[in-house]
Amino acid sequence: MAATAQTAGPGLKKKSSFFRQIARNRTLLLMVLFPLAYIIIFSYIPMGGVVLAFKDYKYRLGMFGSPWVGLKNFSYFFISGAAGRVVRNTLLYNLAFISIGMIVEVFFAIILSEIKGKFFKKITQSMMLLPFFISWVVVSSILYSILSYEYGLMNNLIRSAGGEPVNLYGIPAAWPFVLVFLRIWKSAGYGCIIYLANITSIDQQIYEAAEIDGANIWQKTTYITLQHLRPTMVIMLLLALGNMFRGDFGMFYQTIRNNGILLPYTDIIDTFVFRALLSSSDVGMSAASGLFQSVLCFITVMTANFVVTKIDPDYALF
Amino acid sequence: MAMAPTQFAATDSHARIRMGADRIVFNTVAYLVLGGFALICILPFYIIVVASFTSEQLIMREGYGLLIRDFSLEGYQIILKNPEIISRAYLNTICVTVLGTCMAVFLVTMCGYVLQRKDFPWRRGLMLVFYFTMLFNGGLTPYYILCTRYLGFRNQFYALLIPQIFSVWNMIIAKNYMRTIPDEIPESAKMDGAGEFRIFIQLILPLATPLLATLGLFTALAYWNDWYNCMLFIENRDMFTLQYFLQEMLNSIENLRIVAERSGLVVPVLPSESMKMAMTIVVTGPIILVYPFLQRYFIKGLTIGSVKG
Repeated sequence: MAATAQTAGPGLKKKSSFFRQIARNRTLLLMVLFPLAYIIIFSYIPMGGVVLAFKDYKYRLGMFGSPWVGLKNFSYFFISGAAGRVVRNTLLYNLAFISIGMIVEVFFAIILSEIKGKFFKKITQSMMLLPFFISWVVVSSILYSILSYEYGLMNNLIRSAGGEPVNLYGIPAAWPFVLVFLRIWKSAGYGCIIYLANITSIDQQIYEAAEIDGANIWQKTTYITLQHLRPTMVIMLLLALGNMFRGDFGMFYQTIRNNGILLPYTDIIDTFVFRALLSSSDVGMSAASGLFQSVLCFITVMTANFVVTKIDPDYALF
Repeated sequence: MAMAPTQFAATDSHARIRMGADRIVFNTVAYLVLGGFALICILPFYIIVVASFTSEQLIMREGYGLLIRDFSLEGYQIILKNPEIISRAYLNTICVTVLGTCMAVFLVTMCGYVLQRKDFPWRRGLMLVFYFTMLFNGGLTPYYILCTRYLGFRNQFYALLIPQIFSVWNMIIAKNYMRTIPDEIPESAKMDGAGEFRIFIQLILPLATPLLATLGLFTALAYWNDWYNCMLFIENRDMFTLQYFLQEMLNSIENLRIVAERSGLVVPVLPSESMKMAMTIVVTGPIILVYPFLQRYFIKGLTIGSVKG
């Protein structure tokens, strides 16, 4: 505000004070120069590249020389039925991850905050956090060692129990369950930390007072802990919903590994965009589906942020 | 589960008995569920360790098991016989992780510091420019074409480094953290004649060590676990990072065969299954080893910078 007040005046003076301001802040400006250049090159220029969605990309002609084709890329994407499928999958997976993930995380946070055994608590928390540290490539390798039809541990146990082994890599309908489980397995330990920190910040006197009044543990949980957690839960929920059209590429790509049989149930927008670009080299359709996703994301993020601002401006993105 | 508030009005002895029973039920469930889930979390690691030490013949005959029955090192032998193959991937990953983490943390904290300075006139405008990239992006396709066609990322070391060298999200965390440092510190240093850059390096960074530790760990983890950029931009086998190397091994028996041939060991059957598992262990090993020492910083770090001033 002070700066605007100073610069208010005749045009010439304004201009010279602008340059003076640059001169005065030259070191600070230099300090943000690289990050600024970075996002211009890697974020803003690709934004201009969305024109590819309306072009028939020819390598020879480049991004800007290729001919315009209007909405043809989009009509391919929608008419082929791919759009409906990948958008549905992305949305449903994310809704499952968000809702089940949050229930599990809050549940573990409450349990961790209530149990008294310090050592047990420390050990279990460390164990739960471990999967967060490994890459999806490693997870995929582990998953294969468990689910593989020929050698997998699960089928071994089934066989030795006299049952009929199942080839999960050939049953698409099983994968929503596998992937939700994987997601919980990998991120519940990480996700519950924020709730745990929140619970630890609750004034212990409230619990003591409730205890004196004869509240049991369920009552303390529902009337005190959950009430305190609610704002955080709402915010986390909204922020997650803002990204409900953005899939976890690493997870789907690595665990499914181009297994065509599973695609009807496991193809999300991100994997579709990737395949269109690198496997089938359909740059136009890839760009179109990517742009479609970006627009969906933009709308949901803005909406989520708008609601968050209304509830608690501190958590708003901007 | 929720009881009506009127039920609070129980006699003292009643209340104590009821609470005790609740505690017992709660504790039983809590310890069982928590212990069970924690076991599920590490059991898979145990399974691959066992598998990596099991002979190929047994895996072929009986599959992966829970106990080491036919101890064998053949998977490791083939991978480590000619260490050049795996050590290249190790070296690439270590270089990228160290270089990338140092540069990323420096850039992110510096940018966050400037953008929270209240006397920096363009901080609001610039912040918007940065924020907007989190709301909208052009998608993978234009990015990929830009990087491969116009910036020459293909088979270049910097293609592994640059894509993660700056993160707006981390910058915002840094910015929020820096806000807790009193403005008087840079102001008084300025009076004493220190330049802005020197203030940042000598005064601000030492005050922000928890932030540096957290951002450093998260960035290092992201670099170490990165296979995506390698998959997008690198075709040269000698430039693979560990994770992508593993991915290639898992995805095709052909790649396993190449490694086995280069090792010079003569094996009747390619021990592909135990090789895969041994490779997984070799790739994950360092993470598991440093994990116990680093995890508490992650727990602390998650809540860092989450408060907006």
